[in-house]
Amino acid sequence: MSTQIFHDGEADRTFRAKWWSGRLLIYAVLILWAAICLFPIYWTATTSFKMAPDVMKGNMVPFLDYTPKWLGWKSLGLSPDTIWTESTVREEFLRRFWNSTVTALASSALAVALGSCAAYGLSRFSYRFGFMKNSDISFFFLSQLILPPVVLALPFLVLYKALGLLDTTIGLILLYTLTVLPIVIWIMRDQFAGIPTELEEAALVDGLSIWGAFLTIVMPVALPGMVAAFILSLVLTWNEYFFAALLTSTNAKTLPVMVASQTGSQGISWWSMAALSFAAILPLIVIGIVLERYIIKGMAAGAVK
Amino acid sequence: MALVAVLQILQSAGARDFGFETWRPTLYAYALWSVCLCAGQVITRGEQGKRVLFVLPAALFVLSMVVFPLIFGLGIAFSNWNLSSPDGRQFNGLGNLRQMWADPFYWNALKNMVWYVLAILPEYAVAFGLALLLNAEIRGRKFFRVAFLLPLMLSPVAVSWMIGKSMMEVRFGPLARLARELGWQSPSFFGSPEIARATMMLMDAWTFIPFMMIMILAGLQAIPKELQEAARVDGGSGWRSFWEVTFPLMLPVSITAILIRVIFKLKLADIVINVTSGGPGGATDTVTSFIFREYRDRSNVGYGTLLAMVYLVIIVIAMTILMKLADRWMRPRY
Repeated sequence: MSTQIFHDGEADRTFRAKWWSGRLLIYAVLILWAAICLFPIYWTATTSFKMAPDVMKGNMVPFLDYTPKWLGWKSLGLSPDTIWTESTVREEFLRRFWNSTVTALASSALAVALGSCAAYGLSRFSYRFGFMKNSDISFFFLSQLILPPVVLALPFLVLYKALGLLDTTIGLILLYTLTVLPIVIWIMRDQFAGIPTELEEAALVDGLSIWGAFLTIVMPVALPGMVAAFILSLVLTWNEYFFAALLTSTNAKTLPVMVASQTGSQGISWWSMAALSFAAILPLIVIGIVLERYIIKGMAAGAVK
Repeated sequence: MALVAVLQILQSAGARDFGFETWRPTLYAYALWSVCLCAGQVITRGEQGKRVLFVLPAALFVLSMVVFPLIFGLGIAFSNWNLSSPDGRQFNGLGNLRQMWADPFYWNALKNMVWYVLAILPEYAVAFGLALLLNAEIRGRKFFRVAFLLPLMLSPVAVSWMIGKSMMEVRFGPLARLARELGWQSPSFFGSPEIARATMMLMDAWTFIPFMMIMILAGLQAIPKELQEAARVDGGSGWRSFWEVTFPLMLPVSITAILIRVIFKLKLADIVINVTSGGPGGATDTVTSFIFREYRDRSNVGYGTLLAMVYLVIIVIAMTILMKLADRWMRPRY
């Protein structure tokens, strides 16, 4: 009866068939969704290398369907043959890119600095400001999340106009700091709550002050969380459009506003729009691929308590 | 200590009394006052003050950036203020409120928001499914995770061009061609109100499903493996063990994810402004995009602010009810 040992029974065989079809289904769905996620990016990237007829015919695969040309990038002044020549479009693009970079980096840094301190304080000490206790202060910060930006937008427009902050990078940085601050506080509060207090107690016994303990002992431990909060803020501020569209016009205009103003214009040249869009999302794609771990960590922070 | 307090009050009063004409000194005064307040805390209260210093800067910042504009906004909400006209600000009492009452587009935008928020439920189902798949034992998990995450990273403006304008182009967009293959002869994604709204929902879902997916995935990974194994040993099928073990355990995370998603959804504007600008006939308008256009077309700050304020009140009421419900729903199971 040795054959019985080597051959599977009826039950085993159906089980294995089921298992295999299950696997197949899982991978099919995963690949399908990955395609849904990645195709628009692929489409934009390839369209930026197309000529008009290629766009009209809807060709998709470079080199097979059509020969890639630097057309879109040339109109941005970023193709190999135009990169060394003068180009007003490129200048404009680089200025917007620079504005976006400065705004996003500065506001994220500011938000992480303010937010980490606040979150640390809230997770370690108990406060009383009048009637407000710790939980009320936390709620005060986190409730900013609910506030829709449109409520602040028009008052800010008027105030900034009076303050001379309209269309300045500083004004935008302050506003963006405000919008990401509750998210930072949320992530960081979670982080600090996970760090044992013994660490600081030992430091305090060694003669460090509260701030010394925070800066030298706690912060290095909480650094991954801070990076996560920073990256998440960076993504949000880089992509922000609504405030930027209202509050900036010529000087401080950011990249999303530039992209949006191009889409509105008539007679779209597909290749240059594709190049512009792709250039606008490229930094984020790179960040997403390289720092994916931190982003997921940041977003997961609030989910699991 | 009392001296510092008096000094602070004086300074704050000074900051408020500078008048509405010269705002810049007010800003400096506020900044100065904030610094004085922080320093005063440390000097007068020592150790206790150093602790306060952790929270104080952030609190002062939020106070100046949110509470003050809100109060100011409340002031201008009841006035007729066209920024481009020379008349300046004119108080018109309840006139704005009456105008809002008669504004069909505002109510339409509010009604649309209900639709948009309801679209979160199918999004949640898809996100949950994807999170389950990612949590299964698969190869190339990192690749799939990165791929699934990417839509969230992209700027909504670029997305609205990439998908809304380019891929849905009637003549040659790949999505339009796919729709034609599937038997939809004239795939105009923004033709009729219902279809346009559904399209916007899909685009928004595309961007934000990763967000819920990651939160749910984090929740799934926090479930102890023994629990699921125990369920399997007890002889439950995969389907039953999901509904009786995994899903109840995931309820708190799910509710958190949905609540945050609702908050984000209520801010939805970028893709609407850029793809349809509210059309056709206001079918895709969100409140934010409507106020944005209202301001851009008529530059009436007062009316726009009133609309936003009313929206805020509605949101706060709705969110409070929602949170109370979520709280009550979660409690009996724990």
